[in-house]
Amino acid sequence: MAVATDSVRGSSVSTAEEQRIFVASQWQLTWWRFRKHRVAVASGVVVAAFYLAVLGADFLAYSNPNASEAQRSLMPPQPIHWFDDGRFRPHVYGLKGARDPKTFKRVYQADPTQRIPIRFFAQGFEYRFLGLIPMWRHLIGVDPGRDAAGTIFLLGTDVQGRDLWSRLMYGTRISLTIGLLGVSLSLVLGVALGGLSGFYGGIADTVIQRVIEILRSIPTIPLWMGLAAALPRDWSILQIYFAITIIISLLGWTELARVIRGRFLALREEDFVVSARLVGCSQMRTIFVHMVPSFMSHIIAATTLALPAMIISETALSFLGLGLRPPAISWGVLLQQAQNVQTVAISPWLMIPAVPVIIVVMAFNFLGDGLRDAADPYGR
Amino acid sequence: MLSYIGRRAMLAIFTVWAISMLSFAIIQLPPGDFVTSYIAQMASMGSVVTDEEAQNLRIQYGLGQPIYVQYWKWMKQIAEGNFGMSMEWRRPVTEVIGERLSLTVVVAVSALLLTWLLALPIGIYSAVRQYSIGDYVATFVGFIGLAVPNFLLALVLLYFGFTLFNAHIGGLFSPELQDAPWSLERVWDLLKHLPIPALILGLAGTAQQIRIMRANLLDELRKPYVVTARSKGLSEPRVILKYPVRMALNPFASTIGYTLPYIVSGSIIVSLVLGLPTVGPLLLKALISQDMFLAGTIVLLLGVMTVIGTLLSDILLVWIDPRIRLEDT
Amino acid sequence: MDCGTRLILMAVEPLLSVRNLKTYFQQDEGTVKAVDGVNFEMSAGATLGIVGESGCGKSVTARSILRIVDRPGRIVDGEIWFRRPAANGGAGRPAVDLAKLEPNGAQMRSIRGAEIALIFQEPMSSFSPVHSVGNQIIEAIRLHQEIGRQEARDKAIEMLRRVGVSSPDQRIDQLAHQLSGGLRQRAMIAMALSCSPTLLIADEPTTALDVTTQTQMRELMHQLQQEDGMAIMLITHDLGVVAEMATDVAVMYLGRVVEQAPVDAIFHAPKHPYTRALLRSIPRMRARSGERLTPIAGSVPHPYDRPAGCPFHPRCPDFMPGTCDRQTPDSRTVGDRHTVSCFLYE
Repeated sequence: MAVATDSVRGSSVSTAEEQRIFVASQWQLTWWRFRKHRVAVASGVVVAAFYLAVLGADFLAYSNPNASEAQRSLMPPQPIHWFDDGRFRPHVYGLKGARDPKTFKRVYQADPTQRIPIRFFAQGFEYRFLGLIPMWRHLIGVDPGRDAAGTIFLLGTDVQGRDLWSRLMYGTRISLTIGLLGVSLSLVLGVALGGLSGFYGGIADTVIQRVIEILRSIPTIPLWMGLAAALPRDWSILQIYFAITIIISLLGWTELARVIRGRFLALREEDFVVSARLVGCSQMRTIFVHMVPSFMSHIIAATTLALPAMIISETALSFLGLGLRPPAISWGVLLQQAQNVQTVAISPWLMIPAVPVIIVVMAFNFLGDGLRDAADPYGR
Repeated sequence: MLSYIGRRAMLAIFTVWAISMLSFAIIQLPPGDFVTSYIAQMASMGSVVTDEEAQNLRIQYGLGQPIYVQYWKWMKQIAEGNFGMSMEWRRPVTEVIGERLSLTVVVAVSALLLTWLLALPIGIYSAVRQYSIGDYVATFVGFIGLAVPNFLLALVLLYFGFTLFNAHIGGLFSPELQDAPWSLERVWDLLKHLPIPALILGLAGTAQQIRIMRANLLDELRKPYVVTARSKGLSEPRVILKYPVRMALNPFASTIGYTLPYIVSGSIIVSLVLGLPTVGPLLLKALISQDMFLAGTIVLLLGVMTVIGTLLSDILLVWIDPRIRLEDT
Repeated sequence: MDCGTRLILMAVEPLLSVRNLKTYFQQDEGTVKAVDGVNFEMSAGATLGIVGESGCGKSVTARSILRIVDRPGRIVDGEIWFRRPAANGGAGRPAVDLAKLEPNGAQMRSIRGAEIALIFQEPMSSFSPVHSVGNQIIEAIRLHQEIGRQEARDKAIEMLRRVGVSSPDQRIDQLAHQLSGGLRQRAMIAMALSCSPTLLIADEPTTALDVTTQTQMRELMHQLQQEDGMAIMLITHDLGVVAEMATDVAVMYLGRVVEQAPVDAIFHAPKHPYTRALLRSIPRMRARSGERLTPIAGSVPHPYDRPAGCPFHPRCPDFMPGTCDRQTPDSRTVGDRHTVSCFLYE
């Protein structure tokens, strides 16, 4: 029950704090409100960290992600040991060849007697930073003369002996960028169709509304599976990448379109829009100069909330083997190896790629929630 | 009310039409037509298809003619109950699908029911006892449900079940009853195996519905008619259940309809991970081996099933909200 | 309890006696003392008008009496003595302190709705949009009386007819939004009166109505009061309504009753500076054009920022430094049933 908290002021002169609020722009207000939401801010930091990893994937990896060696297959994670006899000297244990008594195959096991020091900013395999600058430095590595690929296994290796940590870094890059691209495409579609629907109303609105409803009632995954399976096997990774993105966004734009249509409908009747038209602004100008800025923050919030769905879709498709395929690396491709219980029971580290998926999805959800609350003019 | 239902039914028909076209597109997508792959497959098994037979097949399926004719022929065949042949299984598609479709329905419906049964009371409790421990726990579990994709959840649960309890959580039946004919024992076996898949599938939807119910109820609890009810001397549980919950139920029910496509969708992947004998694993195999009639039919049937389910839930919504009912009287 | 029994109470004791009632709201930012030591009395069959600006605690007082204050509000101190009517034609029962009862316990709930009823400002949102008006009236009836459904329905129709609703047997099944504003308010009164309460609390009952309907409501309430002998607590900020309907008036400011007196005394011989300022600020019918209105200086303080001592002192034209800002004045009797809380009279 509202007691007098809303209607009264202490004195007739506003405080300096209140003055700031009066003259702050829409963006500043949104930012201040957002800042109060600590979980959302923390999530924003997490998301930013992930995208930094996207840029620096090569730097963060220490093994060539495609360097496979059967004898290193399915090695459990080898943690870094930070102290050696009380001194700060990070190292990993070396490998010792042995013969597996059951299969008689030669396998490698960790040997605590061998301590191989880790170097930071060490030299490793060559890569091109941002696709342009050739570099050799990585975050961690070993002394020259040794091969990092054969020594460090922070998260273990997969069936083909490829280092999981390095693959995870590269997988992050592809999974997150597909999400970004997919969402951008959905945004374009959503803004165009949602705007058309909301601003002009009438037949365009009815038709687009029905189309959206139809699309929403169709179970998406069977359709995606069908479309993805239809992609010719001989397409290059890049082509498949883009095709998958398009497939995912073709169904994802409906939610954005609904939000945008709702905003347009609500704003159309507002006095300031009507007066803009009466003053003589053209429709274009009315839309872009007057209406769009007032719901930009809503669009940003809705877009942020739509990203996790894209990421999950790509992960799901690749997990099934219908999306990206090796040698492309994405979280879904990495998880493909964890498909059956027997494999996972013996090598549970294969499930580790699930962790960044969960973290990113949660972070985007919190971030989007926070942005949406901050953008809402009726919130506190 | 009737006009409302009429409109929804019309929309459902359009949706089914759209789905049928999409399914047909999926069938047509792989290069080459059905008959050439059929011939190739027959050849790989050592049998030969004569030209005459090939020609007959072509006419039967309308190949070589414009797409809309082929589509029309396919639709006509479906109307007669002929869904085509599965190349891989060399049996009619209907036989291959068999009881898997009904099992898919069972799993999806139980997930949906579970969503309702869980989300309603938890949502109400969360709103009435805001900021209590129960509220926080519910919110937390809700976030997990939203953030963890259902197939990953299935994987993790499988792993823990296997390693910690040495139990095989997957599957809908115990091995001995897997292919047995229907009996009371088999039904009971199914019911025993249903909760975990239903929970995994429904968790994300439940989390969503809890948030919606909680938000709606919080809004309604602030309204004056709740105070009126209390001022008449009604007991607190009756005040809450008879009035604000009734009001908050409307938007809640209207969103249930859209949970169904999501659940059906999710069941495909989850049933793969858990090894359920539903339509999901079959679809995947069909797609990988380009068994297009099987794949297309499955997509069509899944879509139709979903649309019917959504229509039913729309009718349910109308029944709940007397305002829509009275609109046309 | 049988609501049908009518007893004309010739008691000397007041029907309702509120003593030092304090209802506080504990918020994160601070404690809002919505009701901070309220004292007043009501006699059976009287009409007490409670006036004050928005936020002075009138509504919270009403809800405290009925024990339906929303969380985080709680009654932290004080007593609310209510004299209950006799049960089954026997002698009157002893008064009960409502402040001490369990808010949702059986006893409080049997009083709520049956012996003390509440009607609201906004009848549209006070009725449930999805239940028929009749459903809600019958619910009130059957909650407190042991009668069958058909009998309850007949009673409801009869009640609607009494309050002036035309075609009550049809209206009873309609939804709130199908009735006009005036009919809705009548239906709300019917619902409140369905159990013949001895006290009716009306929280701004005419504020949301147009002037014609306002008059009709006033006349209706007056008529019902004559017929049933019930007391009315009229909460309003409209001094005109008070002048027309009330027998006694209590003036509230920032959670305290600053003056209580019979209606004539309030209007013709107000004692408290706030009451005087209120009356001065009413626009006059015979004022010359161009004459300025006299508002009360300053504005109502922020609830978290209450002034020390007498709450009105920052705006009081008779402010006495050293006294008014140090201590809170007690209530003093200055005339026949006329009390004031002001250092001017100590």
